[in-house]
Amino acid sequence: MSQPENKQGQVETTGHVWDGDLREYNNPLPRWWLWAFYITIIFSVVYWILYPAWPYGDTYTKGINTVEYTVEGENGEEKTVTEHWNTRALFTKNMQSSPSALAQQEWVNKVKDMSFEEIEQDPDTLQFAMSVGHGTFGDYCAACHGAGGQGKIGLFPNLADNAWLYGNSYETIVSKIDGGINGMMPAQNVPEDKIDDLAKYVLSLSGNAEISGEAASRGKQAFATCAGCHGQNGEGNEAMGAPNLTDAIWDVADVPGCGGDTACQVDEIKHVVNNGIERQMPGFGDRLTETQMRMLAIYVRQMGGN
Amino acid sequence: MAQHDDPSYAADELYAAREPIHPKGIRGRFRRFKNAVLLIAYGVFFLLPWVRWERLTGPDQAVMFDIPSRRYYLFDLVIHPQDMFLLAGFLILAAWLLFFVTGLVGRAFCGYFCFQTLWTDTFMKVEALVQGDRNKRMRLEKQPWNAEKITKKGITIAIWTAIAFWTGFTFTAYWADAPQLFVDFFTLDAAKAAYITTGILTVTTLIAAGFAREQVCIYMCPYARFQSVMFDKETLLVSYDAKRGEGESGRKPLKQGLMTLDERHGQGVGDCIDCKLCVQVCPTGIDIRDGLQLECISCGLCIDACDQIMTKRGWPTGLIRYASEQELETGEKPNLLKFRTIGYGIATLAATALLLYGIFARAPADISVQQVRQPLFTVLASGDIQNNYNVKINNKLQERLDFTLALEGLPDAKVSVVGDFEGLSVPADGSRKYLVHVRAPRDAEVDRRKIEFVLTEENGRIEPLEHDATFVFR
Repeated sequence: MSQPENKQGQVETTGHVWDGDLREYNNPLPRWWLWAFYITIIFSVVYWILYPAWPYGDTYTKGINTVEYTVEGENGEEKTVTEHWNTRALFTKNMQSSPSALAQQEWVNKVKDMSFEEIEQDPDTLQFAMSVGHGTFGDYCAACHGAGGQGKIGLFPNLADNAWLYGNSYETIVSKIDGGINGMMPAQNVPEDKIDDLAKYVLSLSGNAEISGEAASRGKQAFATCAGCHGQNGEGNEAMGAPNLTDAIWDVADVPGCGGDTACQVDEIKHVVNNGIERQMPGFGDRLTETQMRMLAIYVRQMGGN
Repeated sequence: MAQHDDPSYAADELYAAREPIHPKGIRGRFRRFKNAVLLIAYGVFFLLPWVRWERLTGPDQAVMFDIPSRRYYLFDLVIHPQDMFLLAGFLILAAWLLFFVTGLVGRAFCGYFCFQTLWTDTFMKVEALVQGDRNKRMRLEKQPWNAEKITKKGITIAIWTAIAFWTGFTFTAYWADAPQLFVDFFTLDAAKAAYITTGILTVTTLIAAGFAREQVCIYMCPYARFQSVMFDKETLLVSYDAKRGEGESGRKPLKQGLMTLDERHGQGVGDCIDCKLCVQVCPTGIDIRDGLQLECISCGLCIDACDQIMTKRGWPTGLIRYASEQELETGEKPNLLKFRTIGYGIATLAATALLLYGIFARAPADISVQQVRQPLFTVLASGDIQNNYNVKINNKLQERLDFTLALEGLPDAKVSVVGDFEGLSVPADGSRKYLVHVRAPRDAEVDRRKIEFVLTEENGRIEPLEHDATFVFR
């Protein structure tokens, strides 16, 4: 049985005795510690009242603190939404009314009223548009085209080269982002005896292979089917998005990947000719605003060095 | 566990309440010096934010720490984020200077220059003005809470609060345009941070200088704990000359037969008449005659007090004086050119020189070139290779700089800046980022090549800026 003792002149002990004479001091905690403890209790009660805290059933106590932000209604007018405090609503609010959000909005409004030429001529505005465009590209385009627009051969076009299948004007780029693209080359059933020559002829257009005499004329003949889209000399057609076959860029057939091996190159081309290509890019017009698409176009166009 | 000899000790008295200290006012050399330092320090601190300074770009305030634009303005010196090492240099200098001074004359910083000392001193002056000197204050302290005590204490705290508030506001004024802040602050238009900063500083000033006082020095200040490692036997310290004061049979008050020095010395009594004035004037409430103590902030007021008494008696002054331990023991004057002092002195000078060099050798502009890595290179329609680079130029000057861009190490390369800019201009005290395309004919022999961007200022205002980069062929 332990009995606290407090004889005059002695520090209070817990009353426990070990080994006959070992005792433990009983030193109370400082008063400020006790008060700090009470304050934390009061703090937590205030917190429960203000913020979401206790789960019950399939919901939770919402707290009386609220966050106000504006949303655009269905018919375009803005309305204020008041929600119980939560980090998502707070984020929305900050994106609308924080100083940096307001500063960004100011720049966006400036860009909205400027023509592409005006934006290009002002370094600061251009820098802003490029940086917003870069962010937008990362969010919406990079999944297919790659973070730097380098694409994936055969699947997604490389945007960092200077070949623009549909033209490189800002307006064209915006319209393609807006409406999407259906890139299509039908499969050509070129007879087995002609396809080798055709493929070699295509290679020769860009100087990747030498072809002479009869083979050349057979290839040229077979190319007549292709000329409808790619043009008589294979220089492509922007109206249809048919690529220029005479330049050094290969977007679908992985010719550079063959490392100069002609047989491999021919195979690559044969494969494309016989199976055709179907590439689709969805339109982003319903997800991006006009200004966002314009800034995105500025960013995308410069990647190719234009 | 500490042993407690005091029989009244009980568990619920673990924490003793503070005994208020009511130092007596005193006149003298050190009081005058303290007043002068206080005047200069307050003059600088309270007036500096209001000094105007014309600048081409940036605020027209002589000293302003502009956080949103990330610039520190100190008269004609503009500190950019990349110059922040200067702050480190300044702190190093301050530390060495502190060691130097402490090694030489002890805690001079504590006694004369420390904010805690200065503000406590001011608050004590206010106290003395409203409540009277030591005796009156002690009487007031013991009085029950009647109208007189409430009024006097109330007025004191009100004046303290006003000073504390102006201290907090002045500090805040260093971080914003002072006159504008003044207007905004009282029309409730200022930034939240301004109110929070001013509020916190008002409260802490009031608590530290009004109520905590010497407790800050004794319990909170880390400097009090390690100052003694900088002392040696030759360091000048506020000391009581015990040999002279105590004599052979100790200090004795003045009384019949012990009135003159001759009488006292004849009986082996020391010069100290135990008037306790040195204790009464001490702002930390210690008795310097007990020797060097942690609580002593070296303010020298006890020297003033003792000198006053000695002068009144017509005895030589200096019973309490700045003296080194060695001097008190052997009478040898301290050697000021000791190794430690010279070392700290050289370190201080070196830090000063480095700091000055750092200030004057700051680059007026700098560039950084970063290659765009996704993709590293692109094959163009012509078969040429293109690499892209982000070129960022910082201009720290107060005027616009116009650069022409040249590339070295790749003779056939074509360089173009996005936006088709011919020259790269950077606004005064600003920075700009340009995206640069570099195109070069394919070179099957090499993978990569070292290149160098050279930016030449068109009007020759600064040296050309150079930056290395790599051009990747495949």
